[in-house]
Amino acid sequence: MKLLSLKPAIFKYLPAILFAGYLVGCKSGGNKTPETEVTVDMTEVNQDIFEDISEAKKIFYSLPSPLETALLIKSAGATYDAALLNPVENAPNYNTKKSQAVNLGIYTCNLSFASLYDQTQASINYMNAAKRMADGLGILDAIDNTTIERLEENVNNRDEIMDIISETFMNSSSFLAENDRPAIAAMVLVGGWIEGLYIATELVNRSEFEGNKLVDRIVDQKLSLDIVIKLLEENKQDADVASILEDIYELKEIFDKIKVTTSEIQPEYDEESNVTTLKSVTQSSLSPEIFAELSDKVKAIRTEFVL
Amino acid sequence: MKKLIQGIFLLSILAFLLPSSASAQCKGFAKKICKMELSPYLHDGNYHAAILTEGEEAELYKTFYSDQEYRIAICGSDALPEIHFEVIDANKNVLYSNKDNNYARIWDFRLDSSQQLKIAIKVLAVHDNPVEAESGCVAIMFGFREK
Repeated sequence: MKLLSLKPAIFKYLPAILFAGYLVGCKSGGNKTPETEVTVDMTEVNQDIFEDISEAKKIFYSLPSPLETALLIKSAGATYDAALLNPVENAPNYNTKKSQAVNLGIYTCNLSFASLYDQTQASINYMNAAKRMADGLGILDAIDNTTIERLEENVNNRDEIMDIISETFMNSSSFLAENDRPAIAAMVLVGGWIEGLYIATELVNRSEFEGNKLVDRIVDQKLSLDIVIKLLEENKQDADVASILEDIYELKEIFDKIKVTTSEIQPEYDEESNVTTLKSVTQSSLSPEIFAELSDKVKAIRTEFVL
Repeated sequence: MKKLIQGIFLLSILAFLLPSSASAQCKGFAKKICKMELSPYLHDGNYHAAILTEGEEAELYKTFYSDQEYRIAICGSDALPEIHFEVIDANKNVLYSNKDNNYARIWDFRLDSSQQLKIAIKVLAVHDNPVEAESGCVAIMFGFREK
């Protein structure tokens, strides 16, 4: 009966409701210009500003997910070393928003890494650890008991396990996006990215440095570092993000010492496979000394995350 | 006065419900419709989706790695017209435009060397009158597999 009595009121106030919904929708839509708009001095509004506003567009910065990071490390010929992963016994120690967010990324990376090497019990343990982080952050239903059961039922089916990991990560990232929590989402991604970098740097055999594919993968992260910084800078009003950003700026100083040159990209389409190859040649120079410096910095950041 | 309070109450509740409902639809669209386009590639697990209106643009920056094969899937909900997307390198060269391929939703590619690329997206505008412009969910998803 109460619902029936409210119905006419809904119609009466519908235009105002829709307008208010539109306003809130604009806010949660996440266009990256509001800061500019807010700081504009209206007495100095000029055509350039209107052009900026009219050109406002949604910007996404996409980092490799923990799943992709783990696959990149494996495809570079890395071996599985359980000692490098963050022990699941540490999970109860993470009680702050920052530690839960970065360790959700770290544990998801560890989960992906263990799964790619068919470490079934470790995979289940890391899924539980990731669930604990997600629950702590209030990410509802990203990983539930059904997910754990599905994982247990498919321990011998790596493709299915990869699919489950992909799905759970998407559940977390979409929950954070639709609940307007971009700072947490950024910290999750950066946690996973640092973990991948940490595992890769620790696995490099320093006596076989030249032509090492794992070293090439680490150099490639110079490209993603720009995106890491953009992602964090967008959320630097969050104190936790700001603190991570300071470390990442120091990491950038080391990455800047690595010289990378790339030739012009030539796309070549193959009709038979329907796949285009982007052909180019890249040259890079990373000395063992700079690698050692980079490795130490990554380890320091990662240690801070997992402590 | 009672009606005013009733109105404000309803307005407050529904103002928050409407956008979250739109976002939830976007998540469902990305998960149930767009993700299917990635098969047989493995979805990387990242979520990029937004409500866009005819004529609106979006950009995405991502590093793509050598020795991997990628599929980009860019999907718009049924209400929207075609979506134009271009893949652009750091020197602003257009490497691919789906306009040359009948506004295809997917593009498969691999790289000789790792690159940071920009995906530029525009929902085509088919209505002259902005009031008639359609809005809907646009999802950008990536699948990958070892070469």
